[in-house]
Amino acid sequence: MYEGIFWEEVLNITLLSLKVSGLATLIGALIGIPIGTFLGLRRFKGKRTIMRFVDVIMKTIVNTFMGLPPVVVGLIVYLLLTASGPLGWLGLLYTPMAMIMTQLIIVIPIIIGITMSAVGSIEKSIREKALSLGATETQAALLVLREARMGVLSSIIAAFGAAISEVGGIMITGGNIRWWTRTLTTAIVIETELGNFTMALTLGAILLTIAFIINLALTIIQVKGARE
Amino acid sequence: MYTIKHNGNMKIVSETLAVFLVLVVVIVSVFAYEWHICSQKSIIALATTTSTYDSGLLEYLMPYFQEKYGIAVHIISVGTGQAIEIARRGDVDLVLVHSTQLELEFVNSGCGVHRIGVMYNDFVIIGPANDPAGISGLKNATEAFRRIAEEGAKNNAKFISRADKSGTHMLELSIWKKLNLRPLNKTWYVEAGSGMGAVLRMANEMNAYTLTDRATWLSFKNQLTNLRVLVEDDVVLLNPYAIILVNPEKYPKRNYEGALMLAKWMISEEGQNLIASFKKWGETLFKPMARNIELAQLLGFPEQEKELAWYDMQEPWV
Repeated sequence: MYEGIFWEEVLNITLLSLKVSGLATLIGALIGIPIGTFLGLRRFKGKRTIMRFVDVIMKTIVNTFMGLPPVVVGLIVYLLLTASGPLGWLGLLYTPMAMIMTQLIIVIPIIIGITMSAVGSIEKSIREKALSLGATETQAALLVLREARMGVLSSIIAAFGAAISEVGGIMITGGNIRWWTRTLTTAIVIETELGNFTMALTLGAILLTIAFIINLALTIIQVKGARE
Repeated sequence: MYTIKHNGNMKIVSETLAVFLVLVVVIVSVFAYEWHICSQKSIIALATTTSTYDSGLLEYLMPYFQEKYGIAVHIISVGTGQAIEIARRGDVDLVLVHSTQLELEFVNSGCGVHRIGVMYNDFVIIGPANDPAGISGLKNATEAFRRIAEEGAKNNAKFISRADKSGTHMLELSIWKKLNLRPLNKTWYVEAGSGMGAVLRMANEMNAYTLTDRATWLSFKNQLTNLRVLVEDDVVLLNPYAIILVNPEKYPKRNYEGALMLAKWMISEEGQNLIASFKKWGETLFKPMARNIELAQLLGFPEQEKELAWYDMQEPWV
């Protein structure tokens, strides 16, 4: 009986973690990859110093946001979603949806940043060749993106890794409600506080396994990329 | 290397578009489904103190309630101060808390209604077995605090404060206030900013004194081998818990009916008996008091009789 519930809860928590972080990463990729490609391709060269300045500032902003502290994101999303906040009418606070929103904000800059540098490093050789052979700008951009796919893929994997191991943000916006918004990381916090070390360690092992798989995938991509 | 052909380029554009569209459709449908589930589920959101959750009381009670009424209760376990703040923002339907001062502020500001005493237990001062401040056996919490501060100043003792505006923290502050002591930024006074369970664990590691509710202490006791109960049975240390509903006129979107149902059930004969029957290691953790009007009045609920009658009059909505 006790055993059954134990594993049921472990499964519930793991699936919720994968769902929240997975969806956040997927949506983040849809938003982040186009923006990252645009920023990576965009070369505000020319003679105008002001354009170069804009370029540097934009890239600096992206890089700063890549290291956005999750707790701060959590606080901001909380203040947006609380019933007396501007998005309170949605009624999303303390739901998995609020957690997805939190992680989305954490994940987007990571995807933009890595995509941007991957595209930027490949841009020159491919794009100019494509354009000279009569491709349109869109086609050339997509070609560059395709060539930079390993970098883009690693941006997605890195984003997912950041999302699934995040705790501060979803603790605030999800509320750590059992069977509803309790993920691997927030569950480890409460189970440690309650002294249920068996549960905490089991969840820790699952989180570590996920982290291992993520890093395995990243390494394979990097090795493959180096060979190409 | 690429050879650029017209067809190939068109293929790339349409392929990318197709992948993009499929992903959008998938995500939108997942969200629609989630939304559907969220809106369909009738839930009651309860903000409560860590002591009622960490001790396991709510995990014990809620299945009975859920079985009877089929409504899920979402429990957000934080300190009393934060619980009330969350309710004030309109993010939960009711609170179960323990700090007379904060509760009255909440009710007087018009945010909370129908405050009623539900149960009580008491606080104890715990500390290391060798008791450097020599407070063991005292029946006076204030005197014990004075001695801890005195030995603390000599670096012989440490005190860990919840420092999170919880009910426990509010009581601790009121005792320091009586002594005209404000231990801020002192090396012997550790401000943890955590829940009761975490603070007990910390006290155990640091061989420090702390103030705890008896329920959390009892449920953690066998993991805290360095600590002992040193001071108990002072009237100051009695710890009553109240339920307050959020004002439906101020928060029309909240699940007032559900909150009323849960509160009514907690103070019903059934709920009160279940509270009394909740035991850890053979000891009762919370004593019911909703229907013991004299006691409730003594513990800071002058309107208990009126509120109890009001709750009993309400029709359960199923």
